[in-house]
Amino acid sequence: MAVLVIADHDNTTLKDNTHKVVTAALAMSGDVDVLVASASSATLGAAAAKIAGVRKILTADSAELGQGLAEAVGDLIVGLMGGYDAVLIPATSQGKNFAPRVAAKLDVAQISEVIEVVSADTFVRPIYAGNALETVQSADTKKVLTVRPTAFAAAAEGGSAPVEGVPPPPAPAKTHFVDQKIVKSARPDLGAAKIVVSGGRAMGSAEEFQKVIEPLADKLGAAVGASRAAVDAGYAPNDYQVGQTGKVVAPELYIAIGISGAIQHLAGMKDSKIIVAINKDGDAPIFQVADFGLVSDYKTAVPDLMNALTAAGI
Amino acid sequence: MKVLVPVKRVIDYNVKARVKSDQTGVDLANVKMSMNPFCEIAVEEAVRLKEKGVATEVVAVSIGPPQASETLRTALAMGADRAILVQTDQDLDPLAVAKVLKAIIAEESPELVMMGKQAIDGDNNAVGQMLSALLDWPQATFASELTVEGGKAKVTREVDGGLQTIEVNLPAVVTADLRLNEPRYASLPNIMKAKKKELAVKELSSLGVDTASRLKVVKVTEPPKRTAGIKVETADDLVTSLKTAGVL
Ligand SMILES: Cc1cc2nc3c(=O)[nH]c(=O)nc-3n(C[C@H](O)[C@H](O)[C@H](O)COP(=O)(O)OP(=O)(O)OC[C@H]3O[C@@H](n4cnc5c(N)ncnc54)[C@H](O)[C@@H]3O)c2cc1C
Ligand SMILES: Nc1ncnc2c1ncn2[C@@H]1O[C@H](COP(=O)(O)O)[C@@H](O)[C@H]1O
Repeated sequence: MAVLVIADHDNTTLKDNTHKVVTAALAMSGDVDVLVASASSATLGAAAAKIAGVRKILTADSAELGQGLAEAVGDLIVGLMGGYDAVLIPATSQGKNFAPRVAAKLDVAQISEVIEVVSADTFVRPIYAGNALETVQSADTKKVLTVRPTAFAAAAEGGSAPVEGVPPPPAPAKTHFVDQKIVKSARPDLGAAKIVVSGGRAMGSAEEFQKVIEPLADKLGAAVGASRAAVDAGYAPNDYQVGQTGKVVAPELYIAIGISGAIQHLAGMKDSKIIVAINKDGDAPIFQVADFGLVSDYKTAVPDLMNALTAAGI
Repeated sequence: MKVLVPVKRVIDYNVKARVKSDQTGVDLANVKMSMNPFCEIAVEEAVRLKEKGVATEVVAVSIGPPQASETLRTALAMGADRAILVQTDQDLDPLAVAKVLKAIIAEESPELVMMGKQAIDGDNNAVGQMLSALLDWPQATFASELTVEGGKAKVTREVDGGLQTIEVNLPAVVTADLRLNEPRYASLPNIMKAKKKELAVKELSSLGVDTASRLKVVKVTEPPKRTAGIKVETADDLVTSLKTAGVL
C-alpha cells in the first residue's frame, strides 16, 4: 500500500510535525511519499527529501496553497489520491481545515487525531477530551487520517528522496484570501518545545502575563502556553491556547501557573512527561495530574523559581 | 437571508466521561446532556445576524434521538425561529451527518450554514468541512469574527500562529471557534415562547441517505491514568526535583 503524508510548514520552514507523521505512515507501509503544498516549495521540498525512509517528495506551488486555502489544498490531495491508499495529515489547525474535505470528496470516513497505528487499517484516537481512547477499524478502501504529532517520535534525517513537481490546482473561485496576522516568535514552537510554561486566568492582565510567564519561559528556553480563560481575557494570543480545542502539547516539562486544571485544559497537556503546577489553591484539580506541585501565590513563587534557577546555573 | 444552524446534543462539558467496563463505549446513562458548546456559539451568532437585520430566519437542525428535541428547544429559546429534528437512534459518523445535512439543505435552501467547529464528544472537527465539500460551497472554519455583506461573508479565522481573514461567496459554511461570541442564557419568557415555536420531526429513514458507518469500533478504553505526584515546599526544592527528574 502507498501512503501520502502532507507536510506541515509555514512556507519557509518544514515543521517537525512532518517527521512525526512520517513515523505514523511508516507504521502502515514502507511506501511513503510526502506532499509539500506551499507558495514556493524548493527549499521545503529539499528539506522533506532528507527525512529517512521516505520514497518520494511531491511539491506543488501556488499562492492559494501558500495561504492554505482549504479548497485548494483539498482539491490537490484528492487529485493525487488515485495513487495512494491512505493520506496522513498533521492534526494542526491547518490540517484539520482541509482533511475532512478530502475524506468527503473520496466518500470515506475521516479518522481524527490518531495517536497510535495498530495496523494498516486499525487506529487509536482520543475522544471526550481524551477521557476515552477509541480503537477503530476502517473498512474504507482509502483512508484519511489526521495524526496527532505529539504521539509519534520524529522520523530521523538522512534520506535523499527524489523531488517531483506536480501541477497546482486551479484557484478556488468562491474563496478569497484577505490578510493574515501571524506572530513571529523567537521562542520554540508550542507543539514541538521541550519545555512549555503556561499561564492562566490568575495572571489578571496581559501585562502581568508578559511580566511573569514570558521571562520564565525565556530563562528555560521554553514555549509559552495559556489556558482558554487567559486567552479569552486577552492576556495571551489565541494560538497559545493549550487544550481540547487548542493545541495539544507533550513536552518533557510542562509548568502550569495559575491554571485550575479543567478537563479541557488537561486534554491538551496530560501527556507531558513531567507536569509542574503552581497554584495557591491546594485543592485545584491540576494537582491531581502534577508530578510536582507548589501550593503558593505565583507572585512570590515565580520570582523565587527564577532565583532558584539562577542559583542552579540556569 | 436564511441561516441554518446544526446543533448536537452531547455530554455536558462539565461532566467527565466514563468508559464502560465492557469497553463498548462511554457511559451516557444518567449523565447530564447539553447543547455542544460550539453549537451554542453558532446559534448565538445566527441570532445576532438576525438582530442586526442581516438574517431573516434562523432554523436549527439536530440529528439524534428524541431527546435532541430538548437541545433544539434551547436553540429556539436563544432566538432561533424554528427547528427540525432528524430522528435516529443510530450514532452517525461525521460523513453521514454531513450527508443528512446536505439533504436538509436541499429542502431548506439556506444561504449560510453556521455551525460548531467541533462536537466535544467525538472531537472530530469534521462535519462543517465535509458539508462544504459535498455541497461545493466555500468554507470558513474556526471563525472568531464574522461579517456578512453583499452576498459575501468575511471571516477571521483562528489558525496556527495567529489569525487569517478570508472572504467567501454565499452560500457558505462557517464553523465557530470559541472566541466568536459569548452565548446568551435563554430568559424564562423566551423559554416559554420557545415551547410554541415550530419543531418538525423527520425520521432519518425518510431522507434516503446512506448513513452506514465505515468505521468499526473495536473497543473503547480508559487512557493511562496519571497519578498525583508530590507537593514541594519551596522553589529551591522544585528545581532540585526537576534536576533529579532529568528535565532541567
Ligand atoms: C467547549 C469548551 C472548550 C474548552 N477548551 C479549552 C481549551 O482548549 N483549553 C483550556 O485551557 N480551556 C478550555 N476550556 C475552558 C475550561 O473549561 C476552563 O474554563 C479553563 O481552562 C480555565 O482556565 P484557568 O485555569 O486559567 O482559569 P480558572 O479555572 O479560573 O483557574 C485559575 C486558577 O488560578 C489560581 N490562582 C488565582 N490566583 C492565583 C495566584 N495569585 N497564585 C497562584 N494561583 C492563583 C486559582 O486557584 C485557580 O485554580 C474550554 C471550555 C469549553 C466549554
Ligand atoms: N448529530 C448532529 N446533529 C446536528 N449537527 C451536528 C451533529 N453532529 C455534528 N454536528 C455539527 O457539526 C459540528 C462539528 O461536529 P464534529 O465534526 O462531529 O466535531 C457540530 O458543532 C455541529 O454543528
